[in-house]
Amino acid sequence: MPQVSLTVNGKKASAEVESRTLLVQLLREKLGLTGTHVGCDTSQCGACVVHVNGKSVKSCTILAVQCQGADVLTIEGVAKPDGTLHPMQNAFRENHGLQCGFCTPGMVMSALDLVKNNASPSEREIREWLEGNLCRCTGYHNIVKSIEAGAAAMRK
Amino acid sequence: MADGIGASVKRKEDFRFLTGRGTYVDDINRPGQLYAHILRSPHPHASLKRIDTAKAKAASGVVAVFTGADLANDKIGGLPCGWGVKFKDDSPMKEPAHPVLAIDKVRHVGDPIAVVIANSRAEAKDAAELIAVDYQQLPAVPTIADALKKGSAAIHAEAPDNVCYDWHIGDKSAVDSAFGRAHKVAKLDLVNNRLVPNAMEPRAAIGDFDMASGDYTLYTTSQNPHVIRLLMGAFVLHIPESKLRVVAPDVGGGFGSKIFHYAEEAIVTWADGKVKRPIKWTADRTESFVSDAHGRDHVTHAELALDANGKFLALRVATQANLGAYLSSFAPAVPTYLYATLLAGCYATPAVYAEVKAVFTNTVPVDAYRGAGRPEASFLLERLVDVAAKVSGLDRVEIRRRNFIPNDAFPYQTPVAVQYDSGNYHATLDQALKGSDWAGFKARQAEAKKRGKLRGIGISTYIEACGVAPSNVAGALGARAGLYEVANVRVNPTGSVTIFTGTHSHGQGHETTFAQLVADRLGIGIDQVEISHGDTGKVPFGMGTYGSRSLAVGGSALVKAMDKIVAKGKKIAAHLMEAAEADIEFKDGKFSVAGTDKSKSFGDIALTAYVPHNYPLDVLEPGLDETAFYDPKNFTFPAGCHIAEVEIDPDTGNTTLVNFTAVDDVGRVINPMIVEGQVQGGVAQGVGQALLESCVYDKNGQLISGSMTDYTMPRADNLPNVGVSTHVTLCAHNPLGVKGCGEVGSIGSPPAIINAIVDALSEYGVGHVEMPATPLRVWQTIQAAKGKKAA
Repeated sequence: MPQVSLTVNGKKASAEVESRTLLVQLLREKLGLTGTHVGCDTSQCGACVVHVNGKSVKSCTILAVQCQGADVLTIEGVAKPDGTLHPMQNAFRENHGLQCGFCTPGMVMSALDLVKNNASPSEREIREWLEGNLCRCTGYHNIVKSIEAGAAAMRK
Repeated sequence: MADGIGASVKRKEDFRFLTGRGTYVDDINRPGQLYAHILRSPHPHASLKRIDTAKAKAASGVVAVFTGADLANDKIGGLPCGWGVKFKDDSPMKEPAHPVLAIDKVRHVGDPIAVVIANSRAEAKDAAELIAVDYQQLPAVPTIADALKKGSAAIHAEAPDNVCYDWHIGDKSAVDSAFGRAHKVAKLDLVNNRLVPNAMEPRAAIGDFDMASGDYTLYTTSQNPHVIRLLMGAFVLHIPESKLRVVAPDVGGGFGSKIFHYAEEAIVTWADGKVKRPIKWTADRTESFVSDAHGRDHVTHAELALDANGKFLALRVATQANLGAYLSSFAPAVPTYLYATLLAGCYATPAVYAEVKAVFTNTVPVDAYRGAGRPEASFLLERLVDVAAKVSGLDRVEIRRRNFIPNDAFPYQTPVAVQYDSGNYHATLDQALKGSDWAGFKARQAEAKKRGKLRGIGISTYIEACGVAPSNVAGALGARAGLYEVANVRVNPTGSVTIFTGTHSHGQGHETTFAQLVADRLGIGIDQVEISHGDTGKVPFGMGTYGSRSLAVGGSALVKAMDKIVAKGKKIAAHLMEAAEADIEFKDGKFSVAGTDKSKSFGDIALTAYVPHNYPLDVLEPGLDETAFYDPKNFTFPAGCHIAEVEIDPDTGNTTLVNFTAVDDVGRVINPMIVEGQVQGGVAQGVGQALLESCVYDKNGQLISGSMTDYTMPRADNLPNVGVSTHVTLCAHNPLGVKGCGEVGSIGSPPAIINAIVDALSEYGVGHVEMPATPLRVWQTIQAAKGKKAA
């Protein structure tokens, strides 16, 4: 079986995987990083979004072997090691941007990539950016508010 | 208390979810764990001639393969149904067996046939492809119309005409006589579209048998672990409760679909006892589409009789409901007692008669989905009231006002069994009219017209029943369980409090809301309170979370248990302060002697209870730990007014929801932030039903909306910001005055949206548009109406 070596949340990691193993399976099943979720099997829901080399990627849609040498950031690597939430995470908490929490890691990772590209996204831009992230609980209203607030906090 | 009732406290549960540290079932791994993959029928209706598992059993990594025959050899029972409904002649509904794995027939695409257990998911999946099944296909019966057609194939031998029950409620002769003297009659045929719940977390289950103790543990994505333990232990696997623990840890949304006892729970629990290793099963989303219970799927004809003043005289409803291939846990109740009992709505209609024919089809079983029966009732009624306004020439708001149950008429007995305890329908209506700027609509419509857009506004003044349910009433209506709730308040020796509740939180934020109740009553900070739920090994008992019951029933149980804590605390305080028990007051976390400055803190009393050196041991047990069972006195009746405003592009049929205003009376609000979130989420699901979502089977019984690529889930850019506010009338019969907020959004919104679309299309003479009002459907409606006008 192929060996994959990569950096995850700033730490070196490596694992033996099948050629067909997806990045999300590597993260969840081999590296124990279960914060990245699988909500569908057609690349629609975005619960599995992580950053690969600084860009948001659906980790159900990329093979683990494609990530050889890559720098991967998952939800577990977003807060400070002492547990202090990132301003975007904190904005989700302040604005009740999550209910069951299952889509939340993907939403936060996706939001961080949006703000990286657009420091002051409008409501419409946020809604359009979230085209690849499904939430069944919130109706998106508070997710949009969270991302607006998170972006504002990150500008400070 | 700053963190008490009425405060928008930020949620205690958020930290773990925001940092990826939630524990959902698929995040759990047990030592030596195997993986299950389930082979499912690709055919909607077929006889199973032969199942050959030899090649699969020999495949790499495979530990075992089981079929229905193996379960039958172990005398494993079928999946039980928890609610019995009767025919009009009082005979019982047809209740065919629901095998865990198919025995001799498959009855819907996705019906489970065999389970492969292997060292990895991939090996289990690969091996399942090696199972040879000899199917003899039978004619498929996917729709209600197909099921009721003369000469249609029978899905179950017990129901040769595919009818499960033909039930009715109300006074038929009173209704018939009212129609005889009607000035006008409004009529409507409508469909309530079938939906797939699609909680974001797919269902999962882990069976974990402990050889040392002989105990079974099931980790499952459930809204009600005790109910699963009861149903699976007693009826399917015959394992006593004392040997079966069911854990529902963090659960990623439910919306009803995780209430029911599903085959996979029984499969992994039984099979791990066989192979003596833990077994995990996790659904693919595509598998969820063909194995999670679906929702809605009604076809209805309704008529409303009016007098010369536009007052409703009587309502007559005939509904056909699709129950799918088997009876899911609570399916029979949904189109009957959760539906027809709400057909009076907010109106003082003196006579209502409804008949419901429920049928089996070759589709996934249908059961409760957010609102369960009540969205079907409100859609019918609120559409019909708009039709009534048209036929009687009255304004849509005026006809509602004229027929509302007056504020001084509560408690109000409806003609369909239930008694409303409180409400103020005029107030929610007025607040919503103001909030939506109803008065300014004509100007907005004229402005839209200049841009070539058709703008419409729609209203719905809905009611719902929740807080299920008084056990004796539910029992009289066919429920085979009690519907009380349980709370255990464990005051720890140093004064912190752990609450064990039989309700379950899968997004609702109980860890915060329930902690607020404790903070409010016991006068301690919410950081001193832990809420434990979802584990039959910890929580004494409970019926779980559905039907917006958690606060109304579970919260009431918690209040009752805290009352016992305070009562015992007063006895301890009286002893410590050498006062009469009657003179002890408890307020803001302090027990004090009335009229003196003597007091003891809550923590002092807790410590004394556990270190009883100075304690009335001869009359009082040590410890401060109380349990209460609360059986509600009635249902609760949230109600409100939703107003939707849409713009339609007549060239494409594309409909944009531009404004949405919800004013809901959910009773006392414990955490306004959470209530708003619940309403917004419910409205989004209502928007989904009205504009986007539809579960479609083709004429051959294949599910053609069977993935998230094919089934249109609402996305962020489909929805506007939703204006949410509340107008409170207190529930008259529970200690908190709460009514419930989880379902109002999905109940009130679909008729408001469709009423807005029909309003926008009024210039074409359109009388009704079915859901979902997709661009294609709206465009076709416009074209058909134009054609009619031209002809």
